[in-house]
Amino acid sequence: MPDSTFLDSTELVLNMGPQHPSTHGVLRVILKLDGEKVMGTSCVIGYLHRGVEKIAENRTWAQFNPYVDRMDYVAAVSNGLGYCLAVEKLLGVEAPPRAQAVRVILTELNRIASHLVWLGTHALDIGAITPVFYCFREREEALNIFEKYCGARLTTHAFRIGGLLYETYDGFEREVKAFCKMFPPKVDEYEELLTNNRIWAGRLKNVGVLTADECKEYGVTGPVLRAAGVKWDLRKAQPYSGYEKYDFEIPTRENGDTYDRYIVRMREMRQAVRIIEQAVEGMPEGPIMGKVPKVIKPPVGEAYVSIEAPKGELGYYVVSDGSVQPYRVRVRPPSFVNLQALDRMVRGGLVADVVAVIGTLDIVLGEVDR
Amino acid sequence: MVKLLRKIFLVDLFTGLMVTFRNQRPKYIYTEQYPGERPKVAERYRGAPRLNINPENGETLCISCNLCALACPEGLIVVTSERNEQTKRKDLTTFTYDTSRCMFCGLCEDACPVDALELTQDFELATYTREGQIWDRQMLEEGPRPTPYKC
Repeated sequence: MPDSTFLDSTELVLNMGPQHPSTHGVLRVILKLDGEKVMGTSCVIGYLHRGVEKIAENRTWAQFNPYVDRMDYVAAVSNGLGYCLAVEKLLGVEAPPRAQAVRVILTELNRIASHLVWLGTHALDIGAITPVFYCFREREEALNIFEKYCGARLTTHAFRIGGLLYETYDGFEREVKAFCKMFPPKVDEYEELLTNNRIWAGRLKNVGVLTADECKEYGVTGPVLRAAGVKWDLRKAQPYSGYEKYDFEIPTRENGDTYDRYIVRMREMRQAVRIIEQAVEGMPEGPIMGKVPKVIKPPVGEAYVSIEAPKGELGYYVVSDGSVQPYRVRVRPPSFVNLQALDRMVRGGLVADVVAVIGTLDIVLGEVDR
Repeated sequence: MVKLLRKIFLVDLFTGLMVTFRNQRPKYIYTEQYPGERPKVAERYRGAPRLNINPENGETLCISCNLCALACPEGLIVVTSERNEQTKRKDLTTFTYDTSRCMFCGLCEDACPVDALELTQDFELATYTREGQIWDRQMLEEGPRPTPYKC
């Protein structure tokens, strides 16, 4: 932020956060305001820094697995999947088909749960209170499935390197199918509340526009990129964990404003239900754990695996020096990269739009700061 | 005329109330009356640790192999043992488990070869002191003792 404009006496510097509720955690945004107009922003991050990447260097490969859940704690299952896939690539093993199907079911359920948290809190920021209760009601169903499957609701530690530890519980398929049946009408319910709501559209349309070129410039991924009209989804582009077997669409929109991102995420939830239905329908029998030695000692080398997390491209770069501990684990978090576009999106807008844009970026500060 | 009648008989109000009462069915109530009504946690829930004992003779199942301590990412389990001269086996002397640093990942439970250490469905772990968070062998075997409140 250049200081020269401070000479103008009408400008005001305002701190938003780190305790501001609509910054979704401990994000501090320094706003430079001219009246209601935002002239520039700068983000101060690191309030939730726990040094996860450094912790990895002092843990064994398997021991680091629970820590990745604590980065994006809203979508812990996706984090675990990314890390497990990266280490599996280093080891040269692949999870058995049944494990892959269960992984897909759980990650897609987690995508729904994550989008529901996003929708609830985003609508709450904008001023609609009802959706948050509706969303958390359905999220509860998804979290119950996690709890029954792996014993935890949020920081799940659901997957292990090489496959799964837990076999599905009795009634897993029935409950997942019941969720798939129950959920699409609920999405209709949310859309009924919001999509054609004049206040909702008025607050979101043409707010925080990010065009396709700008998205690529900033490296923004996920629904933000797709709302700008780029058909890029890692589940289609580089299929992992058996995603090539499932038939689903990549929802895209053209304008790249906050309203389009809302529409894209709503459609993504419906597509996630489609994937779950297919996965649970053709769930193969067989082992759930691949051939992984008891003490995981990957050969010297490095691997990068990126997956489509609910918030965008989540990448893990792991380096092994042949010992029981990782030499280096680098995480490419979607929230951190997406947050960099905040300044571009809010500049010239109003203060109230900053809240809308932070909400639509769907950041989790645990992942931004790591 | 119809409009006026609607107003007099409060039709809109009752339509609204009907929606409210439709959602009052016990099936739709999600709030748990917590202390009175215990939430039913899942079977695989990872909560308070427990060191299992053999119910027949009251001896511990733990064989002091130290695998849980090695598996723990936080290194919060400390197992000490001494060699029994007669049976040539290791006898467990102390077992401490620091729940204040535990993140309930379940790796210790997975590592245990004899199912001695287990994470139970008990989820109430609050204590009045920090020291109370460190569970010793007796506490792990019998469950936590209620801590008297000191002024």
